[in-house]
Amino acid sequence: MKSWWWKAVGVLLLLYVVIVGLHTPLAPALVHVSEDKLSPGRADVLVTGYNTRFTADAPQAWLENDDQFVCATSATAERDDRLRVVFDVPAGMRRDLSHLVVRSNGRTLVFHDAFWNPAKGDGIAGTGCTPPEEDSAEVFEFPDRSVLYETIRNLFFHVPMWFTMMWLMTVSLFHSLRTLRDNDLEQDRAAVSAVNTGLLFAFLGLTTGSIWARNTWGTWWTSDPQLNGAAAVTLIYLAYLVLRGSVNEMDKRSRLAAIYNIFAYALMIVFFMVLPRLTDSLHPGKGGNPAFSKYDLDHHLRTVFYPAVAGWVLVGTWLYTLRRRARRIEAWLDDEAHA
Amino acid sequence: MRPAEILHLLRLELRLDLHQRHAVGGSLLYVVSAVFVAYQAMQGRAEGTAWNALFWIILLFAAFNTLARSFQREDAGQHLYLYTLADPRNVILARVIYGAGTMLALSLLSFAMYVLFLGHAPMDGGNALQYLIAVMAGGTGFAAVLTLVSAIASRAGNGVGLMAVLGFPIVLPLLLSAIKAGHLALIGMPWSVTGKYLLWLGVIDVIAVALAWVLFPYLWRDR
Repeated sequence: MKSWWWKAVGVLLLLYVVIVGLHTPLAPALVHVSEDKLSPGRADVLVTGYNTRFTADAPQAWLENDDQFVCATSATAERDDRLRVVFDVPAGMRRDLSHLVVRSNGRTLVFHDAFWNPAKGDGIAGTGCTPPEEDSAEVFEFPDRSVLYETIRNLFFHVPMWFTMMWLMTVSLFHSLRTLRDNDLEQDRAAVSAVNTGLLFAFLGLTTGSIWARNTWGTWWTSDPQLNGAAAVTLIYLAYLVLRGSVNEMDKRSRLAAIYNIFAYALMIVFFMVLPRLTDSLHPGKGGNPAFSKYDLDHHLRTVFYPAVAGWVLVGTWLYTLRRRARRIEAWLDDEAHA
Repeated sequence: MRPAEILHLLRLELRLDLHQRHAVGGSLLYVVSAVFVAYQAMQGRAEGTAWNALFWIILLFAAFNTLARSFQREDAGQHLYLYTLADPRNVILARVIYGAGTMLALSLLSFAMYVLFLGHAPMDGGNALQYLIAVMAGGTGFAAVLTLVSAIASRAGNGVGLMAVLGFPIVLPLLLSAIKAGHLALIGMPWSVTGKYLLWLGVIDVIAVALAWVLFPYLWRDR
């Protein structure tokens, strides 16, 4: 119990992440409207929702334009995800774009900048309506973000891969420093085991990232500072393995590999931390793009994301200790064979 | 760190290069032929992005070619001789400085050859001084990063091939920044934009030299 409890914690956390992360529904949202321009007069709009249950109650709909409201004359649910809304559009709304708001099953769904308003003016009189009051029933669900949609769940897999890789490479750095200080082959075995496991996570990170990019940006790979950084880091550690492979003398190998590892790690930090911030990047978190932080990572995502990071790091560490033990046994068997 | 010893080591490097003129000549010939091949391949017409990319690729390979010499020409006897005489930190500093000087000369020369053959049309709308500074910072930066790699590769006893494998990913941040700085200079960006990248090149140089200085003694020692 003493030495393996954290492995169990890691596995349980990942179990929780897989179950809750894949099972939690996305919040209902409006994804499409049939018109993009509302001229004054009668307008008939077909609204498409995602994860909505329009037929379950009588939805209400209104337009919002600069804090002025226009309520729909009728809102009829055709299907659970399709709503026909009729407006009597007045002239003179102040902004170019109006939001569409639908209220259904106690939830308020907003389609931002849904319609272009060709008859701009100084505001509307008389026809404004008062939207119904909000009742905030808290439901556990993930936000429905444009471009991401259901792939938002990849957050629990793609991002922790890189965190785990960084962690394992840091472990490897620590053992490389000790290799140089103590001239200890056991430290060298630890360093290379951490790099091996870290590379596994790097490849998983590249794969999950590539799949995510395909489904959101529409391409498997794109030239982007963050992506180039990931590729360079993977190459550096592959080169580390090549270096190890090309030296036979164990003592010399441990020292050369440790020196290269420290050099590579310092430049990797430079690459990962600084370079993507110098330029604009498509990737979240870099160059003016919001990360999944502050307002962007909502607290429902957080309750799965943090356990995911902890779980992957723990399981990654477990894998690393297994590799390290296997290497120790191999070395011991080698010694036996030569003795 | 003793300046006198570093000076002495620099003089030794210079004398070795003068002694082995064919090696220096090889580097020069490499640059000339690479530029000539580029000129033939581009038919003398290269627009901005390609012009910039091609130049940096030529310079990158010239750097590998030149800096590989810094440790690879040393045989076991010479190594032992130096080891008994000099402080490893002075050895690495001297070699980085010598490599940086060589690369500075080589990059300016390559740039002159390049402009001579492929023309300066892409630079006309840009800032030539910025580009020149990027060339010099990039050239010396290659020396800062690759000297330690050259030492590792030569200790591994596996020549130029291993140096390319080890050096390429490590030099990538520097190379990409240099290409970017060159690109910005060509499209005539103000100093406030390009300067950020030039400064950044300097920071990479400093980090690389500091690391080489700290790590080299462990490499130098041959138990």
